[in-house]
Amino acid sequence: MKTVVNIRVNGVEQKHEVEPRTLLVHFLRDCCRLTGTHVGCETSICGACTVLFEGKAVKSCTLLAVQADGSEVTTIEGLAGDGRLHPVQEGFWERHGLQCGYCTPGMIMMAVQLLERNPKPTREEISHAIEGNLCRCTGYSHIIDAIEYAARKIAEVKK
Amino acid sequence: MIPAAFDYLRPATLDEAIALLELHGADAKVLAGGHSLVPVMKLRLAQPKTVIDISSVADLSYVREQGDKIAIGAMTTHYDIEASPLLRDTCPLLTELAPQIGDAQVRNRGTIGGSLVHADPAADWPAAILALDADLEIAGSNGRRAVKATEFFVGMMETVVQSSEILCEIRVPTTARSVAYVKFAQRASGFAIAGVAVVVDGANKTVSVGVTGVAARPYRALAVESVLRGKVLNRDAIDQAAGIAAEGVEPLDDIHASAAFRAHLVQVNTRRALEVAVSRG
Ligand SMILES: Cc1cc2nc3c(=O)[nH]c(=O)nc-3n(C[C@H](O)[C@H](O)[C@H](O)COP(=O)(O)OP(=O)(O)OC[C@H]3O[C@@H](n4cnc5c(N)ncnc54)[C@H](O)[C@@H]3O)c2cc1C
Ligand code: FES
Ligand code: FES
Repeated sequence: MKTVVNIRVNGVEQKHEVEPRTLLVHFLRDCCRLTGTHVGCETSICGACTVLFEGKAVKSCTLLAVQADGSEVTTIEGLAGDGRLHPVQEGFWERHGLQCGYCTPGMIMMAVQLLERNPKPTREEISHAIEGNLCRCTGYSHIIDAIEYAARKIAEVKK
Repeated sequence: MIPAAFDYLRPATLDEAIALLELHGADAKVLAGGHSLVPVMKLRLAQPKTVIDISSVADLSYVREQGDKIAIGAMTTHYDIEASPLLRDTCPLLTELAPQIGDAQVRNRGTIGGSLVHADPAADWPAAILALDADLEIAGSNGRRAVKATEFFVGMMETVVQSSEILCEIRVPTTARSVAYVKFAQRASGFAIAGVAVVVDGANKTVSVGVTGVAARPYRALAVESVLRGKVLNRDAIDQAAGIAAEGVEPLDDIHASAAFRAHLVQVNTRRALEVAVSRG
């Protein structure tokens, strides 16, 4: 039986009729047409589907859309504003934090949460934070550079 | 990968949740953080007809002092435990273990209660809960009952929590800093192949040792505890005791590790955990 799910996605109310078994990632991609969030492994391992749920990084393939009913979700599409990239997006651009880009939306969302909790992470702390995000291309070191860049950038803007 | 169809209910109180569980019987499943249940539903290893989400049930997520114990609500996430200043000061074994579970996203969603009731033989919390000799409070239609950690785990993925009951609280004692959790993790998931939690009580000259990942159910390494009782915990004593950490248990044998390798790992990790705990004392 279908049920109405109402989620504020990137500040916009998204109300769609879905089955309770619909995964959040499919709600975002198929109902909201926000395809920036990727589906990689479907088995909760790769982190390509990471979004912010009430400000916390979660794997949207491991959440039912009904669990997020009445909540706030932020996806990669919600980061840039006024034609300006988010500092983490800018970091990935400037420091070559991606190659094929498959893991990138998830990596960026994870990094956004990390920098909110820990604005000045060490490289080791960054690696620990992205343990749930797999990248088959970069070898990670450029991703860590990108997140360090973003941390500096956010600190500068705050000054 | 999509789960089989089910009805979804989200009760607001514990009584309502228990009444729904009674009504729907064995076809219903409690949903906490969903980080064990949703994956097994996607694989269709579990196909509940009704899913009862307890995330809106009031007052199941907290860490607070209660007499000389610390009470933790069953819906408290791994991250909230990791980040709890109260636990860092009073029960540091839990804040040391929490960041070793899975990854950051899993820790944001997964709950201590869900992990304990799921009773995956490779889950981390059981080692600490056993070493701390925690009390677990279970609510059902006949009221509440408390069980000891040593009585909680029945077998692989099986506990004393009945299908119409809800685990609501975990109570742990406060400890000194002389504790440690050492695990050998499965590379992809982070689950424990051999995880050992140790609490050294310097005043009473006792140690307690909880082991997970090694056998079908987590256990207290009682042989280790008994040879160390009253002893000075020097290198020799620790080496000798760690050597019997697998005594009386039948280690699991699967694609992740052979039984012989697990028996070896638990000895090594028991030694390491004891050394670390003693060095913090
Ligand atoms: C990629 C990945 C990696 C992981 N790595 C680790 C790891 O390294 N170590 C580790 O320990 N765990 C790991 N986990 C498991 C994770 O910790 C789970 O969150 C946890 O095991 C289950 O908690 P939950 O709140 O998500 O429970 P759910 O999945 O919601 O529920 C699990 C089971 O318990 C029942 N249940 C839940 N709460 C209650 C309650 N209060 N009362 C009665 N029944 C209840 C449910 O009906 C269900 O059968 C991993 C999970 C994933 C997806
Ligand atoms: S698609 Fe969700 S973790 Fe891989
Ligand atoms: S850039 Fe290709 S997977 Fe990360």
